Amino acid sequence: MIKKEVTVLNATGLHARPASMFVQTAGKFKSKIFVIKEGNSINAKSIMGIMAGGISQGTTIEIQAEGDDETEAVDALVQLINDKFGE
Amino acid sequence: MFVKEGIIASPGIVIAKALVYEKVIVEVNKNKVEDPDKEIEKFQNAIKKSHEQLETIRIQAISELGEEEGAIFEAHAMVLDDPEFVEGVEAEINDSHLSADNAVKIVTDRFYEIFDQMDDPYFSARAADIKDVGTRVLQNILGIVQADLSQLDEDVIIIADDLTPSDTAQMDKKRVKGFATNIGSRTSHTAIMARSLEIPAVLGLCDITETVKTGDLMVVDGLTGRVCVNPGNEELESYEKEKQKYLDYLKELEELKDLDAITLDGRKVELVGNIGEPNDAAGVLKNGGVGVGLYRTEFLYMNSDVMPGEEKQFAAYRSVLEAFPDGPVIIRTLDIGGDKKLPYLPMDDELNPFLGLRAIRLCFKEVGLFKIQLRAILRASVYGHAHIMFPMISSITEVRQAKAILQDCMKELDDEQIAYDKDVKVGVMIEIPSAAIAADIISKEVDFFSIGTNDLCQYTLAVDRMNQEVSYLYDPFNPAILRLIQLVTATSDKKDQFFTGMCGEMAGDPLAAILLLGLGLDEFSMSALSIPQIKKIIRSVRYEDAKAIATAALNMETGEEIMDFVQESMKKLNLYN
Repeated sequence: MIKKEVTVLNATGLHARPASMFVQTAGKFKSKIFVIKEGNSINAKSIMGIMAGGISQGTTIEIQAEGDDETEAVDALVQLINDKFGE
Repeated sequence: MFVKEGIIASPGIVIAKALVYEKVIVEVNKNKVEDPDKEIEKFQNAIKKSHEQLETIRIQAISELGEEEGAIFEAHAMVLDDPEFVEGVEAEINDSHLSADNAVKIVTDRFYEIFDQMDDPYFSARAADIKDVGTRVLQNILGIVQADLSQLDEDVIIIADDLTPSDTAQMDKKRVKGFATNIGSRTSHTAIMARSLEIPAVLGLCDITETVKTGDLMVVDGLTGRVCVNPGNEELESYEKEKQKYLDYLKELEELKDLDAITLDGRKVELVGNIGEPNDAAGVLKNGGVGVGLYRTEFLYMNSDVMPGEEKQFAAYRSVLEAFPDGPVIIRTLDIGGDKKLPYLPMDDELNPFLGLRAIRLCFKEVGLFKIQLRAILRASVYGHAHIMFPMISSITEVRQAKAILQDCMKELDDEQIAYDKDVKVGVMIEIPSAAIAADIISKEVDFFSIGTNDLCQYTLAVDRMNQEVSYLYDPFNPAILRLIQLVTATSDKKDQFFTGMCGEMAGDPLAAILLLGLGLDEFSMSALSIPQIKKIIRSVRYEDAKAIATAALNMETGEEIMDFVQESMKKLNLYN
């Protein structure tokens, strides 16, 4: 299993469009991917879970992946967040 | 017979039989189950069946109600596929040995509550989606068949607790003549649907589903907000009369469609429409609007996932200009910030967003973005009578700055040998008190003004009308507001070829029409549906009388006094909204 910590930087947090970009990106990988926020584990492939997670600007989350493409998955999602979803 | 009062959601009067559309109250099995695998199978079959139903509804919604309504059901399908939803339900079944129905209900309610508690209209809409989908899955598990409204053999009024997109999409639109519901407001789905189907609706009746039976004869009066159940002969006759009166009134308005908005003594004004997207132009034309007084271009930006490019904007502006070959089309440049944000444009949270980086101020910061829009408008300007309007102007300096950027764009187009209307009219919104007070100064740089009363009231009276604690102070009839409007129109009167319009909600308020006419407004821009009514008022009065009424009002002390006075004056002229 691979895990990395990252802080959400974009203004809206994981809300609406960024949330759906995040979930779509996660969906491209075979690995099981989870977002850990304050000890709670959220399925990164669930739009409902991610949006309901209330991950706002400045929140630090941990991304965990387990599977054949776990490294690529974590890297892609961390990069998406660090790029502020292309904003 | 009995009468109940509710919230007016869609106008008109209908007399027809009631059809009580009850959501079957779903009783879930709360006992522990022996065989979780069987429950999982039930759940998966229900998901499959729900998918099939949603696809049918989606296709029907697109063909009858349009793409936007169809998209709702795509979102519903996404919920069915959501791992957090599916795995959540499966976990409840496997780990806690719950029945499939109980597990679906628990997981749906859990998500519904999370989204419903977030103080954001986007999430409230998601909460409603989740509830709608959850109910569908639950009914499919339990084999409950919801009453079918898709084929009705007589005209009916639908009585319900509330109506969801799933309910309305499949209704027999030819037979459904009215709605009366327990809950809902003017902005709920039921209300929006009633207005788009042009059928009367009264909502918020609390217990109408308990007190009316299917087959009862009833009246839904969307003019007064009353419903009358099993009316006596006398009442029935009186409602028939009211209904006829309203139909006559609509016919009369319809006949005004192609006539000018001109007073009895010959003062002509322009009645134009406010639009948010090119499709809205049809409604303006249908209601007799001669042009567009406010094209809110921010919807072009807000309805997009990425910054709309020059070509996309050009196509939108061109199509609106082509819809009005003879009339003006006032295109307001991007008004974002305040309560409106773009997902792809980062904006810092502000302590006072309405006093912060919004509209023209944001465009000065993001000049690249501003220039794309100006270039698109200029390029479209050869297809009609384009007017460019800058929002949130507080002084002449900003007008000059905006015009300099416009000049840059013109020069670029010249260099690229691209055609545009070199005499394109340039104007500003008057919505900040400083701009109203200094209207004479600002007028030196522009061809027209358009008064935005919503923000002008908010800034002048220092009141946030969304805050229920203080919204009572929000009053466009406040003498201070009328005096500001008069300062603006007085400037306009002194200049040739210059006009002052209004594009705030006040311009479409029947009670304000005579006052604004009397204050010398040249152009009234409003939602398309208000145009016929305002035209009727304008055509029924003398400009001289309107001026006298406005002059008297300017010297009154309170908004209340002014409203009473205008109401009295309208009664004397046999006019009442």
